[in-house]
Amino acid sequence: MASFTLQINGKPQTVEVAPETPLLWVLRDHLQMTGTKYGCGIGQCGACTVHLNGTAMRSCSLPVSAVGDKSITTIEGLSEKGDHPVQQAWLEHDVPQCGYCQAGQIMTASAFLANTPKPTDAQIEAAMNGNLCRCGTYTRVKAAVKTASAKMG
Amino acid sequence: MSTIKTAVNRRSFLKVSAAAGGGMLLGFGWLSSCAREPETGLEIPESWTDINAFLKIGDNGVVTIMSPNPEIGQNVKTSMPMIVAEELDVDWQKVVVEQAGLDTEKFTRQVAGGSQSIRQSWKSLRTAGATARRMLMEAAAKEWDVPVSELTTEQGTIHHKSSGKSIDYGAVATAAATLEVPEEVELKDPKDFKIIGTSRKNVDAQEIVTGKPLFGLDVQKEGMRIAMIAHPPAFGQKLKSFNAEEVLNMPGVEQVFAINAAPEGIELQWSDTNAFPELVAIVGRSTWEVMQAKKALSVEWETAESPESSVGHEAALSELMDKAADEPARRDGDPGKAFQGAAKVIERTYAAPFLAHNTLEPMNFYANVTADKAELEGPIQTPASLRKTVAALLGMEEAQVSIMLTRMGGGFGRRLYGNFGSEAALISQKAGVPVKLVYTREDDMTQGTYRPAYKVKYRAALDADNNLLAFHVRGAGVHGSPVFENRFPAGAVAHYLAEHHDLGSNISTGAWRAPRSNFMAYAEQAFIDEIAEVTGQDPIDFRLQLFEKAQQSPVGENNDYDAARYAGVLKLVKEKAGWGKPTPGLHRGVSAYYCHNSYVAQVVDVEMQGSTPRIKKVWCAVDCGIVVNPDAARNQIEGGIVDGIGHAMYSAITFKNGSPEQQNFDRYRLIRNSEAPLEIETFFVDNGIDPTGLGEPSLPPIQSALANALYRATGQRIYRQPFVSENEVLG
Repeated sequence: MASFTLQINGKPQTVEVAPETPLLWVLRDHLQMTGTKYGCGIGQCGACTVHLNGTAMRSCSLPVSAVGDKSITTIEGLSEKGDHPVQQAWLEHDVPQCGYCQAGQIMTASAFLANTPKPTDAQIEAAMNGNLCRCGTYTRVKAAVKTASAKMG
Repeated sequence: MSTIKTAVNRRSFLKVSAAAGGGMLLGFGWLSSCAREPETGLEIPESWTDINAFLKIGDNGVVTIMSPNPEIGQNVKTSMPMIVAEELDVDWQKVVVEQAGLDTEKFTRQVAGGSQSIRQSWKSLRTAGATARRMLMEAAAKEWDVPVSELTTEQGTIHHKSSGKSIDYGAVATAAATLEVPEEVELKDPKDFKIIGTSRKNVDAQEIVTGKPLFGLDVQKEGMRIAMIAHPPAFGQKLKSFNAEEVLNMPGVEQVFAINAAPEGIELQWSDTNAFPELVAIVGRSTWEVMQAKKALSVEWETAESPESSVGHEAALSELMDKAADEPARRDGDPGKAFQGAAKVIERTYAAPFLAHNTLEPMNFYANVTADKAELEGPIQTPASLRKTVAALLGMEEAQVSIMLTRMGGGFGRRLYGNFGSEAALISQKAGVPVKLVYTREDDMTQGTYRPAYKVKYRAALDADNNLLAFHVRGAGVHGSPVFENRFPAGAVAHYLAEHHDLGSNISTGAWRAPRSNFMAYAEQAFIDEIAEVTGQDPIDFRLQLFEKAQQSPVGENNDYDAARYAGVLKLVKEKAGWGKPTPGLHRGVSAYYCHNSYVAQVVDVEMQGSTPRIKKVWCAVDCGIVVNPDAARNQIEGGIVDGIGHAMYSAITFKNGSPEQQNFDRYRLIRNSEAPLEIETFFVDNGIDPTGLGEPSLPPIQSALANALYRATGQRIYRQPFVSENEVLG
């Protein structure tokens, strides 16, 4: 057990956990922030995606001890009122079916668009390929990323 | 407008709340529901009136509509309340939707399965809305002392034209709830629908995109512990012994014990399919800590007597393909003679592997079992069955067991089988604490309930003029035959034979999105494509001729399809896709299939990029009767298409020594974003027929539309799924 103070969504949060505990479980079990999802535990599905200093990361494979003072953004903190352009675009296209993967999709898309504001279709696919959607909403995910890009422009 | 009797249903749901007379402020989760749609700016009513099991009306006209059925992503939580709201005649902007828990007194068929939620509840949902509307009108008529026949409603307001009076539903709700439930009510003419047939956003969308706790895995309760299970690594194995001591001193670990979810003398349900009822349970403080204990725990399993393998299944299924069934499932005419006298016989065999459901949210359930009650909460497609089993296992009455339904991170049939719910209840009872049982992805993928592995052999007999004389289908699966003997082309061919075989196995299988159809549509429609080619006919024209025959002079009895509606979707997709005018560089395939009471035809355009196919576009024509929520319906169709393509192309569970060789997404390949079609265009047939299934029917045919397009691209017919195995490309 060790004490870690994490910068999550702009606020410091202190937890007492084993250093190897993945950030995913720190968020879900210790901080009751369940928006970040567990899907595979091996970085294959993207459901657990968060931002670490603005970069999309798989929180299931990131030990809490490796986070340091880097700022963490989760789906709960992506925007204050749930109105980030990517979230708005997701609502406009009514993307979700079951909805389970969508927090991860949105976190990947928002980090991607921050660095690549005007992506090509191929860039969108490459960026979004790490996020599985078992319901098969991929065509809407793509369309929503384009809409979000236009909003952010 | 049509009238419908309410009396027959009264016992099930048309109960006027006994306490409703005074209006009530109910602890109804209103605040959280309100937070769901902040943009609507709805004011919280000061009091609520229960009108019936489906709805409550606030004194300010805000309406809460209960969504009774489990939500697995098929969007019933939006579309079912839309149907109630339509007949109630309210402004959808003033509707708040609440998920109902299991309540077999109030609701019928709280099941998500078989694409039947809307179809089977269509009348009861409409009646609930219409009955409430009628009672509100009667209350207004009484107040104004005018005949109810002079009243009209519009968007939650009752009008009396001649006097110019009007009153909102909220103002008469309390009075309405004291009235007798009418014997019969009028339902709207579908042409007057204002909500049904218009696109409404998913009522949970805002919560989904902001990461609110909606799913079973998100459940957090006071004093709750995390539980995990260890099941045998191979089918056929049983628990022998385990060493709890070596993990009990690990951090966060509290209890380790065995449970049995199928003890002798307990009556189980069909939904209790489970290869591994005896498990080791680990209970502790946090998911990660319990996961570590699960890894460290040493368990001895009894060796399976005859561990199964995919190689063995393949050989056994192949053997069955050459063996006549003891009794045919259906025989029309004299197929034996027709094949003997044929000028040409085409014979092809198709195969597909086991598939895992792989809902992205792994199996989980919350249970808090105390001496006198069991409170359960989680993702389950069959809550009523689960309650029966849990009550039996805990030694309780059903009335002592409650089940709250959470939104589900996918279903696809997996959560029809509620073993994880029973396990959570047993673990909580034995541990004496509330627990959330969590499966790891590996637990989830290796515990069974798979789509069966299948093989099917087709034969077609042609005469010298290339007319289809006879058709023969023989299918086998581990477990169960995939063949639907009364489906197309039965009824369209004079001499027809269908046969079933069933290969026993200790691997558990279950319904997987569009059961049996998910294989048969691939095999049948790929074979039909080949027959058309051999006869030198256009694949669509060839099918249309068969439908024409089935319509004009159907062969045999019990043909399980409407040939005119079948032909209808095929003609529609032919027109929309501009069939016959192919684009250079693109390769086309077509397919049509009927299942879950709906008809779907698809055309797909594929471009080969090296040896990798790129699906440029899918045109999809659907006849599912009235479409309640068109954009959400398109989303279902698109999802089924992507799901069908993905599993046909890439996915498989294979066995070696009784163990699945794929345990997580590193070896089990699911379709990804860049492999989905670039465009999907869906066309619904507008025929005013009562709605039928939508969640499953678009999945089956796309596999053969794709296989047929890939044949045109590569010159190779595809007889086996997945089309692309690991590290292998087409062509």
